[in-house]
Amino acid sequence: MSVGSEAKTPVSGNLAHDTAVLLQRSLRHVLRSPDTIVTTAVTPIAMLLLFVYVFGGALKAVDGSYVDYLLPGILLITIASGIAYTAFRLFTDVSGGIVDRLRSMPIGRSALLWGHVLTSLVANLASLVLVVLVALAMGFRSGAGVLAWLAVAGLLALVTLALTWIAVIPGLTAKSADGVSGFSYPLIFLPFVSSAFVPTAGMPGPVRWFAQHQPVTSIVNTIRDLYAGIPVGDQGWIALAWCFGVLVVAYALAMGTYRRKFG
Amino acid sequence: MTTPTAIRVAGLTKSYGDRLVLAGVDLSVAPGTVVALLGSNGAGKTTTVQILATLLRADSGEAAVAGHDVATDPAGVRASISLTGQFTAVDEVLTGRENLMLVARLRHLQDAGVLADELLDRFGLVEAARRRVATYSGGMRRRLDIAMGLVGDPPVLFLDEPTTGLDPQARLEVWRTVRDLAGAGTTVLLTTQYLDEAEQLADRIAILHQGRIIAEGTLAELRCLMPPATVEYVERQPTLEDVLLAIVGPDTRPQEIGTTR
Ligand SMILES: Nc1ncnc2c1ncn2[C@@H]1O[C@H](COP(=O)(O)OP(=O)(O)OP(=O)(O)O)[C@@H](O)[C@H]1O
Ligand SMILES: [Mg+2]
Repeated sequence: MSVGSEAKTPVSGNLAHDTAVLLQRSLRHVLRSPDTIVTTAVTPIAMLLLFVYVFGGALKAVDGSYVDYLLPGILLITIASGIAYTAFRLFTDVSGGIVDRLRSMPIGRSALLWGHVLTSLVANLASLVLVVLVALAMGFRSGAGVLAWLAVAGLLALVTLALTWIAVIPGLTAKSADGVSGFSYPLIFLPFVSSAFVPTAGMPGPVRWFAQHQPVTSIVNTIRDLYAGIPVGDQGWIALAWCFGVLVVAYALAMGTYRRKFG
Repeated sequence: MTTPTAIRVAGLTKSYGDRLVLAGVDLSVAPGTVVALLGSNGAGKTTTVQILATLLRADSGEAAVAGHDVATDPAGVRASISLTGQFTAVDEVLTGRENLMLVARLRHLQDAGVLADELLDRFGLVEAARRRVATYSGGMRRRLDIAMGLVGDPPVLFLDEPTTGLDPQARLEVWRTVRDLAGAGTTVLLTTQYLDEAEQLADRIAILHQGRIIAEGTLAELRCLMPPATVEYVERQPTLEDVLLAIVGPDTRPQEIGTTR
């Protein structure tokens, strides 16, 4: 109903303008607490150090440099922890009444959500760059060309988008600030049962089956191949399918939640 | 656009679960007037305002603001109103000035900065303009909140308990602003706990009780509702409080009194 009636009043249709204004606002939030970007990167960097310098020597199953092997999974963990801040920022807007203020104004209905989602993209990119810089200092090397790097960036952006739309749901529905980030723990844990840290071949049956069929493995393998400059093959398509699949479902659920709660 | 009534409400009902909050509210507000909605805690003032501001959907009944139906044309309503809710809704991370500019930009106004400075001046926030709102006192936040509601001069203004928590000076400033706005043709519907505020500010007063508007009129009209026995030759005119208690009676307030907030 509101869709049809919105068309009558052009001022409310300017989704791009309103999203830009609200994007600028929440980017300012991020700039004013740069610690969120650093905090997002700290745990993944610690894992990188731990696994490379402490466990790395004992992990004989991996050929070549373990940093190179490990980095893609660590990047996914970075995103999984970064999106918790997006959920938190959204929750703050809901509980602080900003959402109601905006809802009573003639602005694009989903502008606030898009502002937060795009901010998440920027903030996570910054954290990812930090992690990659540390990896480079630890000896990570890639023979990948510009195109492959762009493909990695594109895939990571897609993962960020998909996970961010998941994060929107608790951001809208959480009852307390403590409850808002709980959803990200399983996402952070998922790479541990994948090819991110060790090859799946050595895992016991059911665990191996899960590891080989869950999205992290195909995404990690794809990024690894791109960095190594070797053809990606089917893994790439599976990774893309997972990302788009999760993105579409999460987007639909998040928008549905928003309409239901804030029609 | 001129409409005979700026706000028209007929038979509005709303329940939360099986708790009936609005049981058929009728109200009509003429353009350019200030109407105060009075009622005890939990009477449904905020609920009414939220329905009119398109934040909540009524169960039944009709409501139109500036000629737009809240149910079928919420976007039209939003383009004509501004809501300052009961609880302050400001961005803590931004500065006061940035908060005002944010609203101005979202309303597609030119010269957002000039507009912001003007309002900061009017609400005594010039000193604090470039400080983050997180460092503001409660009253400063509320003043900023009200100022944000004035950006863009919307023709219909909803103020839900605008002066709760303000010092006397800020309260007078809000009153003066409301009078100026009404003088310039803005329609204001405000809710208040302060009977003197309604007396001071409102052209008409509506009393919401047990889900209905049980009395509506000018202050003088409401005073006539006083039972004759209490009209005596005393120095003092009966205040609205006397009127309210006379109409409602001291014992018929809703159950939750004293437990809210
Ligand atoms: N989201 C909600 N869910 C359930 N009940 C609600 C909800 N919001 C309000 N109520 C109930 O509806 C009634 C009216 O609430 P409302 O906030 O409209 O009152 P009010 O007149 O604004 O009161 P106050 O003067 O305390 O602000 C109250 O009994 C309240 O408990
Ligand atoms: Mg209220």
